[in-house]
Amino acid sequence: MQVHVDLAVCQSHGQCVFGAPDVFSFDDDDQLRYSPSPPEERRADVIRAASACPVRAITVGPSGSGRPAA
Amino acid sequence: MTAGDAGIVVVGASLAGQRACAALRRHGYRGRLTVVDAEPHLPYDRPPLSKELLAATADESAAALPSAGLGIDWVLGRRARRLDVPGRTVELDGGDVLPFTGLVVATGSAPNPWPGTHPPEVGVFRTLDDARALRHRLGGGDRLLVIGAGFLGGELAAAARGRGTSVELVEAQPQPLRSALGPVAGEFVAALHRAAGVSLRTRTRVGSFTGDHRLTGAILSDGTRVAADLAVVALGASPRTGWLAGAGLRINRGLVCDRHARALGTDGAPVPGIVVAGDVARWPHPWAGPDGAVLGHWTHAVEQAEVAARNLLDPAHPATYRPVPSFWSDLYGVRLRAVGFPAFADTVEVHENDPDGGRLDIAYRRDGELVGALTGNRPGRLAAYRAQLAEALGRVPA
Repeated sequence: MQVHVDLAVCQSHGQCVFGAPDVFSFDDDDQLRYSPSPPEERRADVIRAASACPVRAITVGPSGSGRPAA
Repeated sequence: MTAGDAGIVVVGASLAGQRACAALRRHGYRGRLTVVDAEPHLPYDRPPLSKELLAATADESAAALPSAGLGIDWVLGRRARRLDVPGRTVELDGGDVLPFTGLVVATGSAPNPWPGTHPPEVGVFRTLDDARALRHRLGGGDRLLVIGAGFLGGELAAAARGRGTSVELVEAQPQPLRSALGPVAGEFVAALHRAAGVSLRTRTRVGSFTGDHRLTGAILSDGTRVAADLAVVALGASPRTGWLAGAGLRINRGLVCDRHARALGTDGAPVPGIVVAGDVARWPHPWAGPDGAVLGHWTHAVEQAEVAARNLLDPAHPATYRPVPSFWSDLYGVRLRAVGFPAFADTVEVHENDPDGGRLDIAYRRDGELVGALTGNRPGRLAAYRAQLAEALGRVPA
């Protein structure tokens, strides 16, 4: 699974961190960090995290896709 | 429910209604899906209206909510005016009747109007059309009066200042947002407004408007006269339940539902096939009082709609809606982010309060237990608070 966050769109709502804290987190400087290829078994939580983003900054694509689909 | 029956009717095409439709389809519902809304527009998101749209940093596409491909029969520009529970129909203005086998009530809330007559330049701010009208007038030399310095009033003032508009912001409480977030956060926000050049007047009300045919200003409760060319009434919103009068549902400043988002009848029992989501709902939560909670938050609409849709399709195995709420406001580049129920707190702990740096960190407690938190430009700390709240909520028996 491929995950992409458009950091130009992200407004630090934190909904993704709330929903999947093992994939999304804030670092000590309050910058969003995320794992771009989390394990497939995390898909349900990652999709839920993406749909919880108020600014729709997160896209989730299949494993191995060069560019994640919306 | 199958494709042959009357199908599911969703009343309200805003965020809760749109998310309910998406969830119904995602959970496998393939039958007829009809969405009714009094507004003529396809679903749109409200947070951008008072932020990017008004600030003119984005166009209307930023507010569109995705609804293509959901197979929806739209009934837009029509108001639901009556619900017949035993007959399983919704009556629309004009007299048309929509039958349903399942109903999602997502009529949201309506802005509280000015309690009296007023010149035509005094309005409310809730819809895309309201946003279009105000966006058009900002920055053109008009002076704006905003009545109420809550979340909406504050964002309107901030967006207007960003467009170079002169702003009077009038608030009855000693600080903006005092009842929602307490006096420390209120003073923090007041400082942001004043630093941006907003004329903020607290402990003050608007007594009356001046100008009969065209607004010229207002007379305040302390006798001060302020000049204004347009005014927005931002005095909160009330759940839109008027169309449910006499339907046999329990109404208490909101449509009352159980923890599975099922509408309750006047006898207190859930009504089969009718669920509720978003601002219109009054719902139980372990941290709310016996009357439950009504929230106008974006995340609440999203999360309750998901549970409501699921439980409409699978009533034998209802999921429970028991969230850690979260909400936000953006003011002058400061990202205020909150979790839990700060309004329910009896004490606040201020860990950081730096208006100049835009940084804020407040924990809200009741009976010593964390019930909420607010941060400004500190999302990492907010995530830590949110995890604590989720953990505490998990310890409360279901």
